[in-house]
Amino acid sequence: MNMLSSIMPTPKRLRDLIREIRSARTQADERAVVQKECAQIRDSFRDTDNTYRCRNVAKLLYIHMLGYPAHFGQLECLKLIASPKFTDKRIGYLGAMLLLDERQDIHLLVTNSLKNDLGHQTQYIASLALCTLGSICSAEMSRDLAGEVEKMIKSSNAYIKKKAILCAYRIIKKVPDLMEMYIPSTRALLNEKNHGVLLTAVCLITEMCEKSPDTLTHFRKTVPQLVRILKNLIMAGYSPEHDVSGVSDPFLQVKILRLLRILGKNDAEASETMNDILAQVATNTDTSKNVGHSILYEIVLTIMGIKSESGLRVLAVNILGRFLLNNDKNIRYVALNTLLRVVNADYNAVQRHRTTIVDCLKDTDISIRRRAMELSFALVNTNNIRGMMKELLSFLENSDPEFKSDCCSKIVSATEKHSPNKRWHVDTVMKVMKIAGNYVHNDIVSIVIQLIASANQLHSYTVRQLYFLMKEDNSQQPLCQVASWCVGEYGEQLLLPPSEEDDLGMVTEEDVVKVLRKGLENNNSSVVTKEYCITALMKLSTRFSATRDMILDITSRYSSSTQAELQQRAVEYTTIFRKYDQMRSALLEQMPLMEVNRTKEAYDGDDDSTSLLDTKTNVEHNNIENIKPPASTQTESQNILDLLGDVGSSPVLPTQVPVQPMKSEPADLLSLLDDVATISSNPVTPNNVQPQGGGDNLLNDMFGSPVSNNNMMNGNSNVSAPIVAFNKNGLLIEFRCERDNDSGAQSIINVKASNTSPKPMSEFVFQAAVPKSFQLQLQSPSGNVLPPLNGGTVTQVIKINNPQKQPIRVRLKLSYSQDGNTVTEIGEVSSFPVELWQ
Amino acid sequence: MMQFMLLFSRQGKLRLQKWYVAHQDKMKKKITRELVTLVLARKPKMCSFLEWKDLKVVYKRYASLYFCCAIEPEDNELLTLEIIHRYVELLDKYFGSVCELDIIFNFEKAYFMLDELLLGGEVQETSKKNVLKAIAAQDLLQEECDEPKGFLEELGLTTGS
Repeated sequence: MNMLSSIMPTPKRLRDLIREIRSARTQADERAVVQKECAQIRDSFRDTDNTYRCRNVAKLLYIHMLGYPAHFGQLECLKLIASPKFTDKRIGYLGAMLLLDERQDIHLLVTNSLKNDLGHQTQYIASLALCTLGSICSAEMSRDLAGEVEKMIKSSNAYIKKKAILCAYRIIKKVPDLMEMYIPSTRALLNEKNHGVLLTAVCLITEMCEKSPDTLTHFRKTVPQLVRILKNLIMAGYSPEHDVSGVSDPFLQVKILRLLRILGKNDAEASETMNDILAQVATNTDTSKNVGHSILYEIVLTIMGIKSESGLRVLAVNILGRFLLNNDKNIRYVALNTLLRVVNADYNAVQRHRTTIVDCLKDTDISIRRRAMELSFALVNTNNIRGMMKELLSFLENSDPEFKSDCCSKIVSATEKHSPNKRWHVDTVMKVMKIAGNYVHNDIVSIVIQLIASANQLHSYTVRQLYFLMKEDNSQQPLCQVASWCVGEYGEQLLLPPSEEDDLGMVTEEDVVKVLRKGLENNNSSVVTKEYCITALMKLSTRFSATRDMILDITSRYSSSTQAELQQRAVEYTTIFRKYDQMRSALLEQMPLMEVNRTKEAYDGDDDSTSLLDTKTNVEHNNIENIKPPASTQTESQNILDLLGDVGSSPVLPTQVPVQPMKSEPADLLSLLDDVATISSNPVTPNNVQPQGGGDNLLNDMFGSPVSNNNMMNGNSNVSAPIVAFNKNGLLIEFRCERDNDSGAQSIINVKASNTSPKPMSEFVFQAAVPKSFQLQLQSPSGNVLPPLNGGTVTQVIKINNPQKQPIRVRLKLSYSQDGNTVTEIGEVSSFPVELWQ
Repeated sequence: MMQFMLLFSRQGKLRLQKWYVAHQDKMKKKITRELVTLVLARKPKMCSFLEWKDLKVVYKRYASLYFCCAIEPEDNELLTLEIIHRYVELLDKYFGSVCELDIIFNFEKAYFMLDELLLGGEVQETSKKNVLKAIAAQDLLQEECDEPKGFLEELGLTTGS
């Protein structure tokens, strides 16, 4: 190799090229060196002379690793593979593994070379072919070479055998149909002595069992055999060849334990057979090093995964408890993770380690803190909630910003389920808002308001607490919103003389109005907060007597606000003052208690979106529970709210309220109360698909349309080609995706539905759901009828907020009527362009 | 099954990449960039595991080099640390107290070693001795077949070093 020529320009040696590249001072220098070299390599590839092909390909592989294109070396790799020389083959196969993608034409050539080399008498050449096959096998290749591999599994040479077994493993992964072919030769493999063969065989069997239940039953017979192998491993004396820090072949042990888990799952007999050995391994493994823990970790999973005895399960949880006390952070992490997986199955056993788990909230490692938080919440129950909340609140106070929002939501939902009493519940929730304020999720505001409203006895206490919290610090938006709401509703109770235990002092009407005005005038207040403030002031105008004019003055000042929503409210309120003053007190009466149905599955949090699709009104899909207003009952409260929304446009209506129920959209209740900022459109229920007149959808239209228009007009350059999201029975749904330029985490999907069938589709409803890490807003559709033969379209805008920048996945539920039949379809789309979130 | 293994330096330079699942080149680069950034941003006190997409990422630093593997949710992350360690031990035996430069200048050897330890993302051999034996035998085979080439070169060309 080390030849240099002085006559002909000999290509640089690999070593020299690497040196030269490394000495390049700047990126540009490096690029220059690489480009020059690539040009020379190309030239020499053009020559038929192959003396230096191997060297050139090796250099190209180095260049490829630096991130430069090297695909032009693909064919050269194939030529090297075809060479009789071992050096050439070795580099050629290496290059094939690194450079080849699944391109058909080249793959066919590789397949032929592989076929030749698999049968080569030199074991190392056959091994190179096997290794390459295991690394880049496509479905085509798998089919073509499955037979060769099967023959090689029967080889008496352990070196070839183990590699062939892993190739079979990869082939089955790629093409499960080929499994049949390997089953007969696989079972005998467990009789081998060679660890490599045993290990790979267990791996192959595991894959087969996971792929097919029939095969699983077939291999259940091997449980005693596997138990014996495991027993031999731990009983046999020290074997230097397979020992890792005093543990005998942990790689094999772990693989066997995993297979036992699969074989013992839901099978009492198999589980029984392995009980003893599991206990033995669990107690005899040396745990001074990481490797011992890796085995215990696997065994815990196995014990939890099969039908094991209860004593064994307790042993398993205790092992994890010990892990939590380990100095090694990796082991603590694994323990928390695993406890989280088993907490539902063995709740009490995990409860016993609560103190240790809570201690992990203070760990120096952020990943451990996150797991500890999740696990802590899983362990909160009615008995321990006071203590746990103390810990969790102090965790919330000191935790990293990225945890806060999640932690708040979880505290709120945990207190909701397990609070010992209302007073404690209200106190805790107020603490959360005080500590984590702006991290609190929007939905929490409405939950808290609902909570406070329902605690009749505590109104005067709560309103005082909140009033003083807001007075002290009006920078926490959600706190201000809740406080304003309460002050608006129960403001008169602020004026009562304080009780003895309360040392917050007296409050006057003017104080209250000033605090709300400050909230309104504060430049840092969000628009939503300002809306809460102005509504609260309006409400106070009937609860207070002396400050009526002050309030009128403030509201009228905002009649010219640049914030459309704020302006609208101000104008409406001023109109009430000026024209309908006699109705004012009736209009602004205290809110009746809201009825809230929470979807239970949102709590239990199967991290899946499936269940959410079924609930009709769940469009706002957040981490927190969705709030569903009562679907059909029309209570007075809704009418009052609608009225507030309507005042501006149809001032005739107020005369009828609040006594007489009128037709309204129930779903508006909450969006009016708190969600103005999120600008959520109405949940798509069939009856509001087409907003009618200036009536009940006023608010939503106001907020829905400007935003979507903006997005159109912003000239978003990120619009990508349309994706066909659904196409069946003539219904074609296309997504045109773009990324919101202003907030990078938001993607906008423009949905276009059309109908190619000869019959019209009516009552067309499009619903979507996303996994929990996203938030979804579905705006009102443009209509609900799809004319036949592409005669028209329905469009709708989905906005997906994707703070974690994960690949977007959307599930669809579509329904329509055609010919009098209602059709419901479900689909899933995940083929979004990556630019949408990265 | 291990999905891929990356070796990179503290400066984020890739030193070795082994992919056991098919990705487009562009995707590979993107994943690499993302993971290198993620791992390098982690403080030494943090644990060796990351949850990334639907995979588990296990990494460990040896001197100036990071060894980073992506495994599937059912895989054992503690054992993956042992696999990484086994690989480092093998390189160490082979090069004799291995350092980053050995791997840079002999990257192909590092790949050969990995291919004797893992195949298709699974461990194929648990005996260090067997792995080293296989590598030594192949190196020998390579030398044997390289000799005539050197001879030819000598015939046609003047030789240096």
